[in-house]
Amino acid sequence: MDQEPIEPGIVLTEEQKRRRRGRSIAIALALGAFVVLIFAVTLVKGPAVLIRPM
Amino acid sequence: MSLVGERTEIASALPREVAYAEPSMAGPGDFLALMKPRVMSLVVFTALVGLVVAPGHLHPMLAFFALVCIAVGAGAAGAFNMWYDADIDAVMARTVDRPIPAGRVEPGEALAFGIVLASFSVVFLGLIINWLAAGLLAFTIFFYAVIYTMWLKRWTPQNIVIGGAAGAFPPMIGWAATTGGIGVESVLLFLIIFFWTPPHFWALSLFRMDEYARAGVPMLPVVSGEAETRWQILLYSLVLAPVGASPWLLGYAGLAYGAVAVLGGASMVVLAWQLYRAPASAAESVAKRLFGISILYLFVLFAALLIERAVGLQHFGSPFGLVLA
Repeated sequence: MDQEPIEPGIVLTEEQKRRRRGRSIAIALALGAFVVLIFAVTLVKGPAVLIRPM
Repeated sequence: MSLVGERTEIASALPREVAYAEPSMAGPGDFLALMKPRVMSLVVFTALVGLVVAPGHLHPMLAFFALVCIAVGAGAAGAFNMWYDADIDAVMARTVDRPIPAGRVEPGEALAFGIVLASFSVVFLGLIINWLAAGLLAFTIFFYAVIYTMWLKRWTPQNIVIGGAAGAFPPMIGWAATTGGIGVESVLLFLIIFFWTPPHFWALSLFRMDEYARAGVPMLPVVSGEAETRWQILLYSLVLAPVGASPWLLGYAGLAYGAVAVLGGASMVVLAWQLYRAPASAAESVAKRLFGISILYLFVLFAALLIERAVGLQHFGSPFGLVLA
């Protein structure tokens, strides 16, 4: 059968994996902080959170 | 045709950066660097002062939220600047290790990062605080990224004079966050930073002149020479000193601020005069001293406003305050 071997695709080096993990953790922390911030603001402003002066 | 051969053909038809895209080597610190944290800290500090000295009350949590939005907006402007200026950054020793010229972050990543930050900061500042503050933040980002970075910086030696407005807006944004409006006091804070920017940046450009020339950036010393730059620094310092004292002179700040402003303004003028008169051999060291003192001057000026407000002395001892009141 004339089938060429499947390419492994892009294989990350250890350094690239480490940096990707760092980015993932940073994004998770940023999203977590964003959620906490919005939650805290909602507590302060109450149900009228989106009522603001134009 | 085999699948591999087909893939190779498609790849050859794609633009280079798509066909040979390498996995990103950017770390979280690189994205933080794109936001220019040192500039951001000055923006946050001046915005905090505008926010605190404004009449009215903003809940501390909302004030914190507003400052986060302003900080993120400033970070977005920094990312846009680094995206557009990567070619200049690559030939200047001060900036060659920035994430894009160093090859750790792709230009497209920086642009996308800036767009996301700018969108979130403006929209949430508008939704949670008010749309005037959000509009000012949006305009500041636009002014820094488009008017200064893309247009003025490479076109005119007046780049940092006009572009300095971008750095002067944060106290107005803070003020608008608290009051929902724009007061005379916030305009004075704007003017202080606006007139502070030329002596500050031209002092820096005097001892980075060769790098700016190599990068083709028409900074004043590159285009008009050192003597003209020193003269312009002196002129702007002479304007800055009274403008710096104006919140006290007009009754918006107290005696402590007045003393700091007069002493600081006098220091700036004296140093600018020394720079103007300095022989060529001593000019660089005086320019470095002026650059350092200018940072201290702005910090102490705004800190004095903050402290006066904290201890309730902002209306004590103003010379013309009673007349204006």
